[in-house]
Amino acid sequence: MPTTVRVECTINDETREFLCEPRQSLLECLRDVLGLTGTKEGCNDGNCGSCTVMMDGRIVPSCLVLGVESQGSEITTIEGVARGSELHPLQTAFLESAALQCGICTPGFIVAAKALLDRNPRPDEHEIRLWLANNLCRCTGYDKIIRAVQQAAATLQEAK
Amino acid sequence: MPNYNWPPQGQRRLMGKRLSRLDGIEKASGYAKYASDLNPPNLLHGALLTAPHAHCRVTSIDVSEAKAMQGVTSVRVIAPAGTEIQWRGAEVAAVSATSETIALDALKKIKVQYEVLPHLVKEEDLKKAGPRAKAAGEQLTGDPDQGFKEADVVVEGYYGIPVITHCCLEPHGQVVEWKSDAVNMFPSTQNVTGIGGDLAKALELPATQVRVQMNHIGGGFGSKFVSDRWGIEAAHMSKESGGRPVKLFLDRETELTIAGVRPSCFGKVKLGAKKDGTITTWESDTWATGGHGGGGSPPIPYVFTNIPNQRKAHSAVSINAGGVRAWRAPNHQQACFMTDCALEDLAAKLNMDPLDVFAKNADLTPRPEVYRNQLRQAAELMDWKKKWHPRGQSGSGTLKRGLGVAIHTWQGGGHDSKAICRINPDGTVEVELGSQDLGTGTRTAIAIVAAETLGLPLNAIRVKIGDNQYPPSGASGGSTTIGGVSASTRKASVNSLEKLFAAVAPSLGAQADQLEAVDGRIQVKGQASKNLTWKAACNKLGATSIAEMGENERRNPGSLISAGVGGVQMAEVEVDTETGIVRMIKSVAVQDCGTVVNLKTAESQVYGGCIMSIAAALLEERVMDEQTGRVLNPDMEFYKLSGIGDIGEIVVKMNMEKEYDDRGVIGLGEPAAIGLNAAIGNAVANAIGVRVSNAPFTPDRVLAALEGRTA
Repeated sequence: MPTTVRVECTINDETREFLCEPRQSLLECLRDVLGLTGTKEGCNDGNCGSCTVMMDGRIVPSCLVLGVESQGSEITTIEGVARGSELHPLQTAFLESAALQCGICTPGFIVAAKALLDRNPRPDEHEIRLWLANNLCRCTGYDKIIRAVQQAAATLQEAK
Repeated sequence: MPNYNWPPQGQRRLMGKRLSRLDGIEKASGYAKYASDLNPPNLLHGALLTAPHAHCRVTSIDVSEAKAMQGVTSVRVIAPAGTEIQWRGAEVAAVSATSETIALDALKKIKVQYEVLPHLVKEEDLKKAGPRAKAAGEQLTGDPDQGFKEADVVVEGYYGIPVITHCCLEPHGQVVEWKSDAVNMFPSTQNVTGIGGDLAKALELPATQVRVQMNHIGGGFGSKFVSDRWGIEAAHMSKESGGRPVKLFLDRETELTIAGVRPSCFGKVKLGAKKDGTITTWESDTWATGGHGGGGSPPIPYVFTNIPNQRKAHSAVSINAGGVRAWRAPNHQQACFMTDCALEDLAAKLNMDPLDVFAKNADLTPRPEVYRNQLRQAAELMDWKKKWHPRGQSGSGTLKRGLGVAIHTWQGGGHDSKAICRINPDGTVEVELGSQDLGTGTRTAIAIVAAETLGLPLNAIRVKIGDNQYPPSGASGGSTTIGGVSASTRKASVNSLEKLFAAVAPSLGAQADQLEAVDGRIQVKGQASKNLTWKAACNKLGATSIAEMGENERRNPGSLISAGVGGVQMAEVEVDTETGIVRMIKSVAVQDCGTVVNLKTAESQVYGGCIMSIAAALLEERVMDEQTGRVLNPDMEFYKLSGIGDIGEIVVKMNMEKEYDDRGVIGLGEPAAIGLNAAIGNAVANAIGVRVSNAPFTPDRVLAALEGRTA
């Protein structure tokens, strides 16, 4: 049987401990070991963005990070974007703007877009497209995703 | 018979409005559970061993070492010695184990020897196909020889559109458990009602013993209808592992290699026309492949079906590659490409605006007025008259802009569907049917129809789909879902409401047929003050719920739904003649779908169709290696989809004018994904002054076409 390694990190503001095989990706650890299946597997080679999570302040494709590499790090997944039952303005904007259909790409888009708005509260359309260039969608039509990010940015500005 | 007709357009509270989808919260928060998210207790992981050669025979297979591995619970031989394999990636063996890594390690312990056989994996050059090209026989209409003789202008072109894949973001697969008395299947499927029977047949079980459940699916596009070899093997492995659930999803490489493709189409098209642009004669010699079974027969001439003189020859080429599955609007993208690119070339030769050529020839289509209207509307949204220039006259700079247009059609119609509308004594309402929501908003559409019918707010309806224990509803294919489920839901809701009227009529001192359901009340028509709240009315039911059925029969759909739509799509591109890069500036889509149920999700479908077409036009192609017979790009690094920076501006207009609305509900998924591919090809030709024959219009092809012109 493969050996496993103990990993401790912070996920969505909670300290988590888990065992993983050295070759398991962070994506596999999140989905299969920790039951955090909101992070999706699309391509498993870093090209589609469905598995995007925040790790120590950076967005990363979790399929390209080893589970053992997350030792000591702080991770935010889609499950950590809402505060309890209160959706983040991005989540509200995505569902109101019809910026999602099948929904597999949605968690990655929202995590990546949140990282953008955290850094740049007023991105223009070009900046949104550039930032989200690594997230692929097969069925929704990106136009509505751009509108959703703009709407969320406006909502966050009004709240200030 | 009750009056099932839709309320008049002006009186609808919900239908046709922009309403947010009901499953939006769970999808946006990460809590929506797809089949690939399920991790039930005692889960085993399945993995497939696939063939490494495009054409081979298994000479021996030894699984003993894999079987002996700790953690392996089952090993299944799919292709025993002697099996001839016709494409790389075909299933050879399957393993289940206590972890995914053990399953993958076990695959490496399976020893298979193959006799490698000759293969053909490319069909673009018909001469190389030899006997593997099967001609369908010439089809003749009118007198094409005479037609060409009398034509003022004859134009001939070669066009090609390659094999592409579905590339669903959630791959094919399922979790399945085979307990002693029943099989529970949790698939990623477009066919909740039907896939259980399909699996039952393969397992030689009564259909009643297979339960199917699915909440969400991450894309299908026509590729997810059946239980597939991996579903069947996963069930067997579960049985052999004492009934433990087995999860088997394809990895991306296998997904792109064997889980379905859109057939290609290549060939020559020759058009004869009068000098005013009226087409009189069509001649085509085309070929296509959909894999080993041949396949692919585009309906050409597309939309302009009434060209008086036609000669058509088509060959299906069998190759050693993963096979065809329905791909969003099967055969239509290819047919549209072959036809509408030829029309654009005709317009260029006549030095006419293609918009005029398309409009003039609309009389050769089944719906001339629809297309002329849509061409007009699309042209306004594109600002066509201001932007268009004759082919190639796009200025002296290296960045050339151009416009292109294409038109399309799809039948749609409604599949067989039964629904139950349950009105409970506490006022709650449930609609149950064995349908599925592919992400298109089917759940929400069902709730809209029920809420509209019952005079209730949208959130008063609980929609129960995704289970084959609900009344049977058809597979989601061919844009037939919205027709089927809207009609069955409407009828079920009307039938249940009539029962409620009968139950409460005495309390209101009126006859049942004098009652109406409005704004959460049951009231006497014309005497709104005589009313009961919805809840008070339902309380009169005592302890028994009302549960009435509604049915849509595919062959006898009635007036709620119909079939056959038109659509026009336009593209504006900018081509860099130094790099060959084509950049999307703007797309316009004008689409008819009869009565619109939810404008917000209907528009979404069209946006989505546009990005699929942009990807197909500029990026997507399954590339085969002639030497090894492999797919060279079975991953998302080299099998490219368009990204958010690639798509430009998209403008969508749904036709909701009365003459369209009067037709009833018609499906929308397929038509939205047809025309733009050809429109982009035409825009590129308009921009650079020369036709790039083969899609996708990659920089190498654009530069080659430019060099061909100047050489």
